[in-house]
Amino acid sequence: MGRLHMLAAAVAGALLAGPALAGATFDAVKAKGFIQCGVNLGLYGFSAPDDKGNWSGLDVDVCRAVAAAVFGDASKVKFTPLSAQQRLPALQSGEVDLLARNTTWTLTRDTANGLDFTTPDYYDGQGFMVAKKLGVRSAKDLNGATVCVLPGTTTEQNLADYFRANKMSFKPVVIEKNEELNSAFFSGRCDALSSDASQLAGIRAGQAANPDDWMILPELISKEPLSPAVRQGDPQWTDVVRWSQYAMVYAEEKGLTSASVDAALKSPDPDVQRLLGVTAGNGKALGVDEKWAYAIIKQVGSYGESFERNVGKGSRLKLERGLNALYTHGGLMYAMPPR
Amino acid sequence: MASLWSNLRFRGLLYQVLVVGAVVALGGWLVHNTLVNLAARGIATGLGFLGREAGFDISESVIAFSPSDTYARALLVGLLNTLVVSGLGIVSATVLGTLIGVARLSGNWLVGRLSTVYIESIRNVPLLLQLFVWYGVVTSLPVARLALHPLPGVFLSNRGLVIPGLDWSQGWLPILDIPHLAGFNFVGGLTLSPEFAALLAGLTVYTAAFIAEIVRAGILAVPKGQTEAALSLGLSRGQILRLVILPQALRVIVPPLTSQYLNIAKNSPLAIAIGYPDLVAVSNTAINQTGQAVEGVALVMVVFLGISLALSALMNWYNKRVALVTR
Repeated sequence: MGRLHMLAAAVAGALLAGPALAGATFDAVKAKGFIQCGVNLGLYGFSAPDDKGNWSGLDVDVCRAVAAAVFGDASKVKFTPLSAQQRLPALQSGEVDLLARNTTWTLTRDTANGLDFTTPDYYDGQGFMVAKKLGVRSAKDLNGATVCVLPGTTTEQNLADYFRANKMSFKPVVIEKNEELNSAFFSGRCDALSSDASQLAGIRAGQAANPDDWMILPELISKEPLSPAVRQGDPQWTDVVRWSQYAMVYAEEKGLTSASVDAALKSPDPDVQRLLGVTAGNGKALGVDEKWAYAIIKQVGSYGESFERNVGKGSRLKLERGLNALYTHGGLMYAMPPR
Repeated sequence: MASLWSNLRFRGLLYQVLVVGAVVALGGWLVHNTLVNLAARGIATGLGFLGREAGFDISESVIAFSPSDTYARALLVGLLNTLVVSGLGIVSATVLGTLIGVARLSGNWLVGRLSTVYIESIRNVPLLLQLFVWYGVVTSLPVARLALHPLPGVFLSNRGLVIPGLDWSQGWLPILDIPHLAGFNFVGGLTLSPEFAALLAGLTVYTAAFIAEIVRAGILAVPKGQTEAALSLGLSRGQILRLVILPQALRVIVPPLTSQYLNIAKNSPLAIAIGYPDLVAVSNTAINQTGQAVEGVALVMVVFLGISLALSALMNWYNKRVALVTR
């Protein structure tokens, strides 16, 4: 019962902890020499360990990018796998420094829960997966269906909202463990499985006996901007995480990759010179080494590289860029200018 | 002063006052520190969220519930679900446990051995694993469209057991409400959900193994001479068990039985692993949507303490009733 442990730890943490100090997270991370990063228990493409225990994924790359910016070494990360329920208490109580666990940015979490979101690393939406042989082609056909859903997310509420708005009824089956939920769904206990569309693609690719028997319905019933989050109260730490993400997107905007970044050090483009620390200033402002963005691009890559490697064409998920394309290609990925 | 210090009564009183004072102070400091730290981290506090709209649905409920009801009502639904499964679990585990406990003492070799095998295998496997097995069994039943249909209006599938029910909504006389398959699921009638069935089966079978041993111990605690005396009075085997053995055995059985009843109530939150919406499952969702873990966990703790104390009080009262009255 890891969940109960974590809740107990969170409660005990709140009971016993001393007052938080401004700048505390950044200084503490520097002092201990690594970043404690909260990630998913195992979601293919976002954060999952391989058979040697090496973590990879789109969210994992954010952790690595921040480590590259702070320490110049993307491997200075320790991962804490967290369930949906554990993640917020783990961040609030200081057990992790950074939460990169496909977490939706919502008003409640931003305010009442004491978190700060940096910037989305994946724009997602909640969808439905059904068996092809069910003959359902649209979420509007799901009146009266039984729907399997994970607890501890905005998912349950979105689901209820969607069915209420469309005057349809449904029965939820809420199971805490991913594996139990998926096996209940694949055994036919539910007509549909509802989660973020990217997760459904991951579950279909990773756990269905025959992925072609299952389809994801076209409707997305919610906005799920998945964003890394940090504790409130340390603006410097928030900035470092946020700009590490922007550096990856900006690198893609400028056409930089881990392979081409060395050659780009001689680029005449002043924007690239500022990004890579050839022209000093950005690093000092953030409180990290001037080569911070160079280290990120060299060791982790641009956002585009990370996307293709983890969830795009180069992966089993084969997700389209869609909303996650650069703004110049009709997507929402837009880096603030690093100057 | 020195004479006061050497007064045993005064010293005892002083120590007690000091200890109580220290405990109260520690508790007060913990509460105060929690509130200060939650405020410092910008986390909302208080029970105000209970009055807000829950916004999520619950699959089964004794009372009417819709997503537009409040968190308080959602938690009440969870509490009632916990009480239903615990209450039924207590009754069925007692019946099954008593039967198996008596069977283990049976003169019949096969019946006795079967009971022994049951007890030793069931009570040595963790309950959580047993629940997964039960849930696996019920979800491996045929899908709804191919449901087993042994009697008119009765369907058994991996959506649960559906039986005809009575519809009271049409006035004084109830109308027989026969379920039928419409769209994805069965409509009408009464449904026993797979989650509820798996949880009830798991709790019953697991706890019955412990109760069987308690019953056996209670019966063996009655001296053999009692049976022999009853036999010489010409009572039958059934009469002996009912009139002589059980009334005396109950005195030994009731106190440990109370612990098992408490265990059923306290094991019911394992429901979360197989999707039955008990109090802990519902409060989990509430905690996640509101982010108020401290209040949510505290509420669940208080409620479970209440359930346990009530159950204890009830069993203590019953224990007094069956206790040996010495003259």
